[in-house]
Formats: sequence, C-alpha cells, structure tokens
Amino acid sequence: QRVSVEVLEHLEHLALVDFRDAEGVERLQKAIQFADQLHEVNTDGVEPMDSVLEDRWCLYLREDDVTEGNCTKELLENAREKVEEYFVAPPGNIPLPKLEERETFLQSS
Amino acid sequence: AALNDGLRSQVSAALKEGRVAPTELCQRCLALIKSTKFLNAYITVAEETALKQAEESEERYKRGQPLGILDGIPIAVKDNFNTAGIETTCASNMLKGYISPYNATVVQKLLDQGAVLLGKTNLDEFAMGSGSTDGVFGPVRNPWSYSKQYKEKSVPKSHSEDEESNWVITGGSSGGSAAAVSSFTCFAALGSDTGGSTRNPAAHCGVVGLKPTYGLISRHGLIPLVNSMDVPGILTRCVDDAAVLLGSLAGHDPKDSTTIQDDFKPFELPNLTDVSKLSIGIPKEYHAPELSSEILALWSKAADLFKNAGAKVVEVSLPHTPYSIVCYHVLCTAEVASNMARFDGLEYGHRSDVKDSTESMYAATRREGFNDVVRGRILSGNYFLLKQNYEKYFVKAQKVRRLIANDFVKVFRSGVDILLTPTTLSDAAPYTEFIQEDNRTRSAQDDILTQAANMAGLPAISVPTALSERGLPVGLQFIGRSFQEKQLLTVAKWFEKQVQFPVIQLEEVKRHDSDVFQHQKSASFS
Repeated sequence: QRVSVEVLEHLEHLALVDFRDAEGVERLQKAIQFADQLHEVNTDGVEPMDSVLEDRWCLYLREDDVTEGNCTKELLENAREKVEEYFVAPPGNIPLPKLEERETFLQSS
Repeated sequence: AALNDGLRSQVSAALKEGRVAPTELCQRCLALIKSTKFLNAYITVAEETALKQAEESEERYKRGQPLGILDGIPIAVKDNFNTAGIETTCASNMLKGYISPYNATVVQKLLDQGAVLLGKTNLDEFAMGSGSTDGVFGPVRNPWSYSKQYKEKSVPKSHSEDEESNWVITGGSSGGSAAAVSSFTCFAALGSDTGGSTRNPAAHCGVVGLKPTYGLISRHGLIPLVNSMDVPGILTRCVDDAAVLLGSLAGHDPKDSTTIQDDFKPFELPNLTDVSKLSIGIPKEYHAPELSSEILALWSKAADLFKNAGAKVVEVSLPHTPYSIVCYHVLCTAEVASNMARFDGLEYGHRSDVKDSTESMYAATRREGFNDVVRGRILSGNYFLLKQNYEKYFVKAQKVRRLIANDFVKVFRSGVDILLTPTTLSDAAPYTEFIQEDNRTRSAQDDILTQAANMAGLPAISVPTALSERGLPVGLQFIGRSFQEKQLLTVAKWFEKQVQFPVIQLEEVKRHDSDVFQHQKSASFS
C-alpha cells in the first residue's frame, strides 16, 4: 500500500523538509513497512509508556522564580539576521506554494 | 605517567606528586591528536583554551589544592554537547559555525573539577547512525585499523592495496570519542547513547563504554535526539575510570527535570573476589541469527568464566526483544521530528538566503542544512504522528515499549543481578563494506543488542573482551538494574580483570609515549 502523493505533500508541509528524490520517498515506504511489524504484538490492556521514570514522579513544576536571564546579547550572537534586539524573519502568514507551483520532486510523481 | 594509566590509581598520584605536570599531559595529548589526524576523530581542537586550563590546573597542584581526581586530566567531548565559546556542530551543516553560549551541565561539571577540554569529537550527523560515517566532516577511522594486531592479520589482496582502503569503522554514533580514547589522545571522553551510540563504538574500539541509567546524568546542553531515551555516555580505557567519571557527573540537575532527585553518592569500586552470590542472566533472544560465531563463542566463554568462578549463570528470556528495534524506529523518528523542528534558521545555525516567506525560508534552510538520514527520520516521524497514524504507530510503540521494559523487570525480579550479552553482532567492518548498506538498515542491524537497554532506561556497559580473528576488538555487554551502577561496574571490573584485554599497539603512540607498552599483558582471553 503506497503512500499517496497528497500525504507526501502534506508531510513536506508539516516537516518543512523535502523528499528530494525517488529514494527519499522509497525510504519512507520502507520505514512504514518496517514499522508495520509492531502490529504483530498483542498490546491488549497495555498502557502506553511515556517515561521509564513514571514510578518516580520526577517530572515536576518548579516555583516561578527568576533564577537566570539577562543574556540577550549572547542569544542574539548566533542569529544571522537581527535588528536591535529582534530576530528578523521574512514575512509570515504566506503559505508554502502549492505542489504545482513549488519546485519539488513530488511534481513528477 | 604513561598515557594508558588508570586515573585514580596512577595519573592522579603522579600529578599530585609532581612527577608529571598538567601542561605536559595536555601537550602530549595535543601532539598525539596532531599526529593521529588521519583518524578524523576530532572536529574542533581547542588548543589555546586547553593549554590555559592546564596551566590553571598546574597552579592548583603547586599550591597543593587540586580540585579532585579529574584536575588536569585531558578529556574530549562529543560534538553534540554545548561548549561555551567553542563551536558545536553535531557534524551537520545546520550548525556549522554555531558557537554555544553555554556549557552543557556535564561539561560544566568536568570543567569545575579542573578537567582539560581538548576538543569536540566527530559523530554521525545529529548522532543518527551506527558507524560515525555520516557526518559532514567525514567518517571517523578506527585506530585499530592501524594497529600492529590488525595489520598482522590482514592479508593485502594486491601490492597496490594498502591501509588506505582497508581501514575499519569505529561504530557509532560516538565514534570520534571512542577513537580519541582508544588512541590515547585523551583519558576519557563524553559520548551520548540513545540506541547504543556509546557502547557500540566502545566495543569496536576496544574501550569501556558506559550508558548510565536514564535520569542519573543531566541532559541539559546535550542536543536532544530522543528525549525519553538519550543519556550522556562515558568512554574510558578501564572500568575504574568510568566510575570516576560517573562520580563527577551524576546527580540531580535543576535544569533537567528528567533527572531524579535522589542524592547520588560517588563510589570507588571494590575489588570483587567472590562472585558466588552473583546471578548472571543470559537472555536467549540476544542470540540473534546475525551474531557472528566468533562473538557467540566469546559470549559463551564469558558465561563459563562466571560459572567456573562460582556464580549462578542462568538462561533467561526477554520475549519482546525482537520488537525492540521496530519500536525504537517509531519512537525515535517521532521524537526526532519534534526535536529537529527547532532548526529553522532564525535564532542560530544555518539560514537560507530565501526571503519570500517565513515558511519558505524554513523549508530552504532545512533543505540545505540536514543530510538524507536526518531528513528521512523527520519525514518518517511526521508520518507516524499524523492524526490517522498516531494510535496505530506512536501509541502502539509506546505500549510495546512498556512490554519491553516489563520483560527486564520480570527477569530482575526473578533473582538475576546482571545480564550478560554481546554488544555488537561482529567486529568492526571495513568502511568500504559498511557503506554498501544505507544508514537505516545498518542502524536497525547494529542496534539490536544495545537498543533495549535504552528502551527500558537501564544502565549498561560494554567491556573490551578479546581480539577477533582479524585482530579487532570485541566487547561484551552487562546490563544492570536501574540506578544500580555500583553493582554493574563492580561486576564489569571483575570481568575486565579476568580477560586482560591487550593494549593497542600503535606506531604513533609508541613514538610519543614508550611507557604505554610497559603495561602489555601476555595472557589474553581469546
């Protein structure tokens, strides 16, 4: 059962990485096939496990006290584009072009 | 002091007594790094800062106030740990040029105790892989490729063929760290372990690789792969040294809420002489069909070693072992999909020149920054997390995870103290052979024996056991109960003493430190 082009495109949108070529798509197909083996295991009545430390309840919320900060300068140093104390991004709220308009391998699928 | 001396017993004493100076140790290691550059173990060598740290350490020793056993000890750190002021790349284009603004907690702890940070070691890109071959800085070469032991056993197929085409991989993903320790360029190194990434290269490079219990050592500053399984790993040349490192790193970190709050007390390992009260479990499912007959024989011999010494050795079953890799595949890709989302070019790392929109900039940045392996895992992970797949794959994998973890609980409850298994399916493969298969296939094969311990969060250690027919290291793995590192390491230390694994004979090292070969052992396990 092959993954549809719609789902492949949807994944490229969600992940914001591309399949690049037929090999990339095949890689996903094989990954799904591999994962399907999970269904051989009987998990009736088994609860999903989030953390191996679940018995220790160690994931806690700490007090809302400020213990560190004032490191704006250090944090901005690694950004390529910034203005004063802002990270600069291109305009938002513009969806990725549709499949037909994008330069993507999936077009030829 | 010789470069292969034990930390607590020999090097520390030598430093305290002034027989060797920290600056001298540092310089020796830096020189050796230079002459072993062909191994490609290091991505960044922090020569200036290392020498400065060594000088400061020397001052402390002169005043008679060393900070501890690690004061002045040269160490290396895998390049997926943040190190303030030093480039941290994860062997990816995505982070080339990224200078960390902070130290990972484990790095800070080492520096606070006076350790000398020599540099950052090479790995598979973003720690995804089992060969240390898939990073942007190229593959790491196993130092044993250049050892007398390996060269003696390899028959050149023609006159033109030389070491260049014959070299073997280190295993991965902490290959750089394993190679660095194995080639004596540092006394200990940090790795990371999510599916076996510390134990696998440790086995292939003939060094000790410790994966601590999940929650014991802070992950703050370790660039995450799988939050529910990652742990910092420790690579050393002997089990005692691993205990020293563990002692300096373990403990609750307020900056990592997945570290347990219990007090951790560093320990010295006793010299176990009586193993009669020990119960060793041999999980039958670890007898994988792909396991080499050589390693099977060594495993069997090791079991006999314990039996003959009076320990109780029993076959046990961990029935869900065959599903561990599949389970890992789903959980890992799902968490990776989430963890890699932070790389968008805005705050740090590579940024594409594309300017049309935020989304297209993100897409282009990630297209340019990640290699095939990383992209493949992100896409697979996103697939398994789709609404229509979430229950079927992700939640299902979480349920299987519980079954895997429960297998171990049942076995430990039945009276078994430690499990003994092989670490890898075979000795290190030649690079040309290894790259014939793709990364995912390789990882699926190579992680089989190590992965389940990450699934269950248990501590595990690979101990160098013997040399293979090809003259390459083979390690065996011990898996212990949660937070029972002292027992685990005590047994590992006993085993290490029994097998007397040979010292690697490297020309480069011999030139720099002839003392190393004074410690040659004539007996060996194989």
